[in-house]
Amino acid sequence: MDYLGDIQAFLPGVITAVAGLVVIVVESFKKESPLNFWITVVSLAAALFISLQALDTNLNTAFSGMLVYGGPVAFGNMIILAGALFSVFISEDYLRGIGHYYGETYALILFATTGMLALAGSNDLVTLFLGLETMSICLYVMAGLIKDEKSGAESALKYFLLGAFSTGFLLYGMALLYGATGTTSIPEIGAAASTNLLFLAGTGLLLVGFLFKISAVPFHMWTPDVYQGTPTTLTAYFATASKAATFIAFILVLSRALPIMEGLNWQLVLSVISIITMVFGNIIALVQDNVKRMLAYSSIAHAGYVLVGLAAGTIEGYSAVLFYLFAYTIMNVGAFGVIAYYERNKGLDFNQVQNLAGLGYKEPLMGISLSVFLFSLAGIPPLVGFVGKYYVFAAAINAEMIGLAIVGVLASAASVYYYLRVMVYLYFREEHQPIQLFTPTLLYKGTIAVLAILALYYGIEPLLPGEGLMDILNTYGGYSTPFM
Amino acid sequence: METLLNIVIYLPLLGIPLILLIRNENSRKWIALLVTIITFLASLPLMFGFDVANSGTAQFLTEGGRIMESLDIKYLIGLDGLNLLLFMLTTLMGPIVILSSWNSVTKHLAGYLSMLLLLQTASLGVFASLDLIVFYVFFELSLIPMYFLIGIWGGAGRIQATVKFFIYTLFGSLVMLVGLIYLGYDAGAAMGGGTTFTTDWRFLSSDIYTVGLVEQTYLFLAFALAFCIKVPLFPFHTWLPYAHTEAPTAGSVVLAAIMLKLGTYGLIRFCLPIFPNAFMEFAPWMAILAVIGIIYGALVAMVQKDVKKLVAYSSVSHLGFVVLGIFALNTVAVQGAIIQMINHGLSTGALFLIVGMIYDRRHTRMIKDFGGLAKKMPIFTVMFMIAILASIGLPGLNGFVGEFLILNGSFFSELYDNKVFAILATTGVILAAVYMLWMFQRVMFGPLTNPENEKLVDLNGREIGLLVPLVIFMFWIGIHPVDFTKYSEAQVTELIEASEAKSIAVLEEARNEELPNWTARFYDVSESESQIASTK
Repeated sequence: MDYLGDIQAFLPGVITAVAGLVVIVVESFKKESPLNFWITVVSLAAALFISLQALDTNLNTAFSGMLVYGGPVAFGNMIILAGALFSVFISEDYLRGIGHYYGETYALILFATTGMLALAGSNDLVTLFLGLETMSICLYVMAGLIKDEKSGAESALKYFLLGAFSTGFLLYGMALLYGATGTTSIPEIGAAASTNLLFLAGTGLLLVGFLFKISAVPFHMWTPDVYQGTPTTLTAYFATASKAATFIAFILVLSRALPIMEGLNWQLVLSVISIITMVFGNIIALVQDNVKRMLAYSSIAHAGYVLVGLAAGTIEGYSAVLFYLFAYTIMNVGAFGVIAYYERNKGLDFNQVQNLAGLGYKEPLMGISLSVFLFSLAGIPPLVGFVGKYYVFAAAINAEMIGLAIVGVLASAASVYYYLRVMVYLYFREEHQPIQLFTPTLLYKGTIAVLAILALYYGIEPLLPGEGLMDILNTYGGYSTPFM
Repeated sequence: METLLNIVIYLPLLGIPLILLIRNENSRKWIALLVTIITFLASLPLMFGFDVANSGTAQFLTEGGRIMESLDIKYLIGLDGLNLLLFMLTTLMGPIVILSSWNSVTKHLAGYLSMLLLLQTASLGVFASLDLIVFYVFFELSLIPMYFLIGIWGGAGRIQATVKFFIYTLFGSLVMLVGLIYLGYDAGAAMGGGTTFTTDWRFLSSDIYTVGLVEQTYLFLAFALAFCIKVPLFPFHTWLPYAHTEAPTAGSVVLAAIMLKLGTYGLIRFCLPIFPNAFMEFAPWMAILAVIGIIYGALVAMVQKDVKKLVAYSSVSHLGFVVLGIFALNTVAVQGAIIQMINHGLSTGALFLIVGMIYDRRHTRMIKDFGGLAKKMPIFTVMFMIAILASIGLPGLNGFVGEFLILNGSFFSELYDNKVFAILATTGVILAAVYMLWMFQRVMFGPLTNPENEKLVDLNGREIGLLVPLVIFMFWIGIHPVDFTKYSEAQVTELIEASEAKSIAVLEEARNEELPNWTARFYDVSESESQIASTK
């Protein structure tokens, strides 16, 4: 056994875990020290840097086949770590501002990130479960951070109960798959796949568990309440990093444990769920007045778009999903970041879209950035959201799922209305009463600006000369080759 | 020259940071004006250096690298006979649009000018791009500035109008996107050599690549829907009157002069050479919609009380002519359609500018509020008269050239095989004279009854200056149209011949294939077999 090699393979996760421990120690000696923030930032940045180095390597296994690393896994790690890093950047100021600053939050973020990294690199159902639970338990705590308000408690309790419920499904599915194949290794399950009742039942329960976690309709009920009750910058973290990790684990299972064969037609299941999710998520989002809830329903709809890529069941589809998650992380952290900024201003409940009237001119950078993120979420070129949607729908069309692509496109046409609505209030309507917005910190402004620039840059990057992200993904994106 | 084309496209974009950095409102206007003037001047060498005899091949071509080995999507821009004039029209309108709102816009000036400049880049890019995905990107990009232009600087009902405009257009183009991706994979497979996807217009329109009949039908409908909404062709026109009425003057001018052309341009550029069979079979149906649009638009324009709305509905009517000309598919009619696109840009653009000028003075556009203005504003009257006469197609002015060519071509069109279309469309010309002149008479002549109009002052130097170039071109095209039609002539002829040849090739191919019943019947596959047999 090559312990050093194993640790090296999981180095980003090791870094975040150790940093989490350090944060706890520091916090116990010195309450609410700014040091915690810097430890978190440096460790996440280091982990991100290491993941980026591994982008152009091939997929490999570590820990006796319990984990995979390199190539697409590194890409996944990049998404998770970037989501975490950007969320942390905006959290420092925000959490202090709303009076719920606890140093432990950073420890929770770091531990959750470790769980996500394990989840997104799992090659064994045991690792998958371990990663998922490490992540979820930290998230349950964070959901209830605003403990003195009803919404915070509701958010945490709902998340915990439904999360535990869905984990039950997942675990039951895993048990049945183990019963059917005699192994928990994901590629070995794939090799021993059959269509007997046990295997099918296990697959079904596993799918339900995953669909719960990614908040696909009809398993989405928890999402809006949890997103609303959680501190907004942490919602950004929930909506991006945790979702990305779960989706990546979903890809690992679909591509390596569940071969597409007669009698095991999960593509059809995912297509149907995807259509329901896109249509339902978008329609409910149309009538939301609370921006946070609107973004929650929009994230449900986006889960539907991602499912389009998964349903395609091709390498192209999986690469498209990875890119989509990347795009989604950039624009969603950004959108939640700006919402979090508006929310902190005194006077009105700025989560209500009507109260945003005329604010776009007040702090121009914030208004313009939010417009960029919303246009990107709506999938308007030349922004990154368009590129993501393009790849996903192209994968579906190439897999001859044209109906699915058409539904997706129409659903996203409808979605434009509620994204535009926010901008209608920001720019087209006069403010109700004179409102003075506070000036955000330089770090906050910088983070939002960088995210907006990234959203624009990766929207045109494919057309620029040189190797782009998608090229790297395509060269090293061999998810479908099972490794033993 | 390749670099120059790129410079022309992105120069307006470069003006935006300058405008945002400078704090002085007046200098901002001057910078925007200078940037657009330089853009226009820089675009002139493109027109003079254009090789007219080879208008069928794209010139000043910039070809970027593929986004991936197997995905042939690339930055590909160039000018040919189809887009050169529209490109030039766009650069010409740039400074005019900036000048038109010199004093009337004071709210959020920097944002306003930035949006106009962004719109300029997007419009230039969309005309110049020869890769369908790049075209799509610019196509959608142009929606964003227009959304804000109408939404922030528009009239009372601006919010509804701009949201309707945005979603309506986006809906169409998203449907096109699905078709586009499908087409890309189909063409990529045909291209071979490791390519799985291509949206290179040169390949798609060439005779090497043909689309099967079944696919052609669906793809044509998907593309045509997007373009027909943009034109807008009846019955997809409902967003237009709202958007035009609520938009600020500059927004209306750009919308009418440039953005509506994207629809008709797309029909010629993409639908014809890529889906020739579907294009030809659907031609009579499209002609019916076009003729309905011509007459309906004219009739609705006649009863409008608001001058701007009247001009907006006249757009529906005039663009019906363009669509009629495109689907007649002979050199005369298509040439007419292309020149009519320019004409409509010039005359309707001028009309919107004129309506804006009178609105700036009186803050009303209702016909009943005016009357007898001719006595107070002689120069204005002359300008208005010229624009109206150009719009209704008086010989000697540009409108006549386009309408005459279109009607002439449609009359003899083999595709329509029915002279009724041309005859009915001609009534549109008569109706246009009725609603335009009637409006003109009520606004300009008669006794000056409304005391508020007593104080009206005539056009100032700026206003005259921005109308004069348009008037010059109205006369120039009207008197010597060949200076302009020459640019597209070679390409249009080639394009039509190539498309006809391609459609026959597709039909021949289809004879050996199993086709669904409706397709065989719709495209007369069996008949073509007998036709071919009889010619042998």
